[in-house]
Amino acid sequence: MNRFDYARADSIGAAIAAAGTPGGSFLAGGTNLLDLMKIGAATPERLIDISRLPLDRIEDTDGGLRIGAMVRNADIARHPEVLARYPALAEALLSGASAQLRNAATTGGNVMQATRCSYFQDPLSPCNRREPGSGCGALGGRTRNHAVLGWDEGCIAVHPSDMCVALAAYDAVVEITGPEGSRDVPMATFHPLPDAAGAGTPALAEGEIVTHIRLPDPGGMARNARYLKLRERTSFAFALVSAAAALEIRDGVIVSARLALGGVAARPWRCHEAEAMLVGMVPTRGSFTVAAAEALTGATPSGDNAHKIELARRIAVRALDLAAAGTPDRLPALPASAFAGEDNG
Amino acid sequence: MTSTLNITINGAPHEIALDDPRATLLDVLRERLGLTGTKKGCDRGQCGACTVLIDGRRMNACLALALSHDWAEVTTIEGLAEGDTLHPVQQAFIAHDGFQCGYCTPGQIMSAVGLIAEGEAGLDPERVREGMSGNICRCAAYAGITDAVLEATRASGTRTEDERTDA
Amino acid sequence: MDDMLNTQGHVRLGSSAGQPLTRRDGILKVTGAAPYAADARPEGVLHAVTLAAGIARGRVARLNSAAAEAHPGVVKVYTPANTPALAVSPDEKIHPFVWRMEVLQDDRVRYAGQPIAMVVAETLEAATEAARLLAPDYEAEPHRVTLDDAEPFDTETTAFGRPANMTKGDLATARATSSRHVTTQVDTSAQYHNAMEPHAITAQWVGDRLEIDTPNQAIGLSKQTFSAFLGIAPEQILLRSPFIGGGFGSKAILYGAQLLTILAARDLERPVKLALRRDQVYGPTGHRAPTRQTLRIDMDDMGRITALDHDTITLTSSFDQFLESASNASHSLYAAPVLRTTHHGRRADVGTPGPMRAPGEAPGSAALEIAMDEAARAAGLDPLDFRLLNHADTDPASGMSFSSKALRECYAEAAGRFGWAGRPQEPRQMREGRLLKGWGMGTAQFPCPMFQAAAHATLRADGSAVVETSAADMGQGAWTALAQIAADGLGIDIDKVEFRSGHSDLPDAGVAGGSGHTATAGTALFNAGSDAVRQLADLATQDPASPLFGAGNAGVTARSGRLWRNDDDRSEAYEDILARAGLELIRGEGTGAREGEPTHAMFSHGAVFAEVLVDPDLGQVRVSRLIGAFAAGRIINPALARSQLLGGMIWGIGMALQEEALHDTRSGRFVNNDLAGYHVPVNADAPMVEAITVHEDDPFVNALGIKGVGEIGVTGTVGAIGNAVWHATGVRPGRFPIHPETLI
Repeated sequence: MNRFDYARADSIGAAIAAAGTPGGSFLAGGTNLLDLMKIGAATPERLIDISRLPLDRIEDTDGGLRIGAMVRNADIARHPEVLARYPALAEALLSGASAQLRNAATTGGNVMQATRCSYFQDPLSPCNRREPGSGCGALGGRTRNHAVLGWDEGCIAVHPSDMCVALAAYDAVVEITGPEGSRDVPMATFHPLPDAAGAGTPALAEGEIVTHIRLPDPGGMARNARYLKLRERTSFAFALVSAAAALEIRDGVIVSARLALGGVAARPWRCHEAEAMLVGMVPTRGSFTVAAAEALTGATPSGDNAHKIELARRIAVRALDLAAAGTPDRLPALPASAFAGEDNG
Repeated sequence: MTSTLNITINGAPHEIALDDPRATLLDVLRERLGLTGTKKGCDRGQCGACTVLIDGRRMNACLALALSHDWAEVTTIEGLAEGDTLHPVQQAFIAHDGFQCGYCTPGQIMSAVGLIAEGEAGLDPERVREGMSGNICRCAAYAGITDAVLEATRASGTRTEDERTDA
Repeated sequence: MDDMLNTQGHVRLGSSAGQPLTRRDGILKVTGAAPYAADARPEGVLHAVTLAAGIARGRVARLNSAAAEAHPGVVKVYTPANTPALAVSPDEKIHPFVWRMEVLQDDRVRYAGQPIAMVVAETLEAATEAARLLAPDYEAEPHRVTLDDAEPFDTETTAFGRPANMTKGDLATARATSSRHVTTQVDTSAQYHNAMEPHAITAQWVGDRLEIDTPNQAIGLSKQTFSAFLGIAPEQILLRSPFIGGGFGSKAILYGAQLLTILAARDLERPVKLALRRDQVYGPTGHRAPTRQTLRIDMDDMGRITALDHDTITLTSSFDQFLESASNASHSLYAAPVLRTTHHGRRADVGTPGPMRAPGEAPGSAALEIAMDEAARAAGLDPLDFRLLNHADTDPASGMSFSSKALRECYAEAAGRFGWAGRPQEPRQMREGRLLKGWGMGTAQFPCPMFQAAAHATLRADGSAVVETSAADMGQGAWTALAQIAADGLGIDIDKVEFRSGHSDLPDAGVAGGSGHTATAGTALFNAGSDAVRQLADLATQDPASPLFGAGNAGVTARSGRLWRNDDDRSEAYEDILARAGLELIRGEGTGAREGEPTHAMFSHGAVFAEVLVDPDLGQVRVSRLIGAFAAGRIINPALARSQLLGGMIWGIGMALQEEALHDTRSGRFVNNDLAGYHVPVNADAPMVEAITVHEDDPFVNALGIKGVGEIGVTGTVGAIGNAVWHATGVRPGRFPIHPETLI
């Protein structure tokens, strides 16, 4: 990796001030940034270490939770209130990466993580995301894992996070602080969709920092929420496609529904139309199939990946199935896995 | 520009003059301190061979910038045994042949120590397999690894969630 | 090193061969004290980092050496302009196990990933960044990197000089008279060994002696190779390889960056260490080439095979020749009276493939076992019954008898343990909850080669012994299993055996590969021990003061550190015999090799049964049970053999479901040369794997009756999983790895 200056920020204000000049990058857990630096996909001149900022708490808010940006992924996943009220978030987190990485990776880092598109990771390939204006190296290449929703010829990469998919489904809000003050952005629209010129305008302006994730009251969906993830080995793999689903069912009828897809777009793909369609329906596979079809209405292959459309449709149905069946008291041994066990009956 | 890294490794405090901020904890351990038991298999958090305990939690030393871990307490494979007495996890790995070439073994063992301390897998083999899946063993000694972790969990006497619920 | 390994760090569960001793190197490995090549830190060591080519074909037009040299800490940048010359051409083949050495002797790029420069610096961080700063410009030429577009290249020989084509019997007539046939095409993907230890070397010159630490599966052969390319005498080289962090074939063949590091150490007069990054092992260190295999099985009305025809198309590099000999898997497994095997090469701009755990056999078996299941279905027979019907009682290829073959017992044992009986013939008949469940099987087979090995065994005055041979431990357990054999050869307790191994100043132990290392090195050790005991017996039986006097050499037996008369119960301890003769030690020598032309066909066999669960909606597959029974001659250490077999079977899971290295055809570069993109099995992928060994005495394979267990576990397994996937889903896999989307 290139030489850089290293400084630790002791306060949010200091971090923002330090980031106000070009060439700086925030370092938190390091699990993504150091990796990118090692492969030459990121070359910051200055690292501003924010890992010790006082953003390491999970607080109760009125019916919801507020998660500091420096809370480690593992600590969210094992937090009793998360498990009780947002089990699909815990399940998504536990299905991602490895235990070691979850112990190091932070909430903010997870939100900010870069795509795993192999062309983005290869500095010799063109990539609008890494080098605006250079083109999309993936287009016409090995695209089996690339986007089928919301893509543009400027970029066909997908966002790799599992956590963000669950957060999007739960209507989470990203709290941002910067030189101009603080603002909120919904998780579901935090990550920009690409355009012809490239990866779109990043959610964060120069000097801005993610400080918290706010989760609203899940209401009646707390125990009908699941995350399901298709991958090419049983554990420790990025999603081919994934889905977070949550339902509130009263008197055998869906009164509220949430559905977000992962592995399909440059952002966690929240399916509002499908959700609206489900309200008032009986929670059956038939209903879910109709809703899932709606969720993938606009999907088109960005290359050799038409199969992902069908897989995404199917995983949406399955995740809704699982949510309807209810969240198990204890998350399965293989979180978010097709082979999780207890739901096979 | 030289920075000072204060770090406790296997109980011993070190004050290291780091002339290069780029050094990862893994490379500091291996190349500057000679603690070569911690292995480099991918250098990108994709294999687990470099697993150490940082402040009691298992992490990949390859993705830990050394300077960011100033004042941390690190335990490596070299710090596990007490004199000639092996740690129960080490003993269990030998008894169950939980390794072949041995290269991933320090990482597997540190990961297992971390897993047992987390107390969430208990005696459920499937949870152990999932919990150990961040440590790749290309020789594929997984059956022995899982059995070793289960035995060491039993030996640790930690009351686990499984024991509580299964009792 | 030798001293360190004297620790008796294992748990005694019995004694010597046949006992499941824990590993003698166990304590070293669980404490992090076992030294691997990259752990070496000689005083003043410099760090080397190579730069990998970013194009697949062309030349390097420009390197920004100035930028690299200006980076703080950089000592020297090696490019074709300033790299010292090799003693011989990089293309010199001093023996058949030499691939072209890329040592910056010219500016050509022959494949992406080829080293095109090397930076040496005071720190690893500096060398790494300076290599990046070299920012090469290329003159690229059109390249080809896949089986589909590569250039046809037919040759008389495949891997290791085996004939590329073989025909036995009259295929046309057999086909004309057969009542039914099936044709099957199976593609297998490019695979990379991905040993957990990336290739590494630490080199230092001590005077005019070269000391190198580098993981190596063929220490004696490699010393010769280094010596030839460096133009120095073999005696000037000390190669240390006590522990190999996984090899699987990738550390049997030398590669250019090793020589480059040695040249730099000589040039700079300081020790130099090079450890390849994970992405850098993709290209220069060998791989398993992709194959496209077509099989036609002809049968009679009863389902007996009348002809077997197996063709393989595979890829090799543009400059060397190693063809994956997949079709040969059909030579000796099933009773085909008419047999044809063919291979067709294609050249591409990729690194030269090489031996990778069960080279040839693994992809060949995968395709053959899929074809066998299709044939069984065409014949209306259960897959196991079909294989039993076509059991080869003699080797179809050579016509010879098998030296031993307990395959029927393997079928019975594994099928029984698995619960195969009652398996529905039709697919999609079984479920576990909502998941589809399928059962499949495959036959495992692997040949039993022997190489050349030598060993010394020295009995010491205190009754202990030191045995020496340059064996290589890459996890198979050489430090333990070979010591067990040596103890038996000497007739002493294993705790009295000091085993010196893993470096080139010792007698050559031959190649750790081909599943022949334990047999070859073990035979040498056993013979060396026997030689020492023979000398001891001569001393005693000719000495009137000995209770053994007059018994004759053949009249005594060595056991428990004593020689015992066969004609009464008198005995004498080794130390007493030596003391009376006034000797400090007696040294025996032995060799291990197969003598004369083989009179039998020699193979290990096995049967593997797989159960898979498949998500009917998503196509994701998990191998829920994998049970194999193997007949591999004499098992020296059942615990270590089990680990080897389980490891091989889990390799089968990887090959069947996960492993696939991909190039971007436009750039010629890999898109997944890391462990996040190239998936190998993790712990959760192997919930239940069981390996059973079936007793087998083989009087022909070698004096010790050892057949080897390192590779056979991969064979049979891939096909068994593929067949189980068919049974679960009704979809017959046409390629490995099987992708989820092909199953929905």
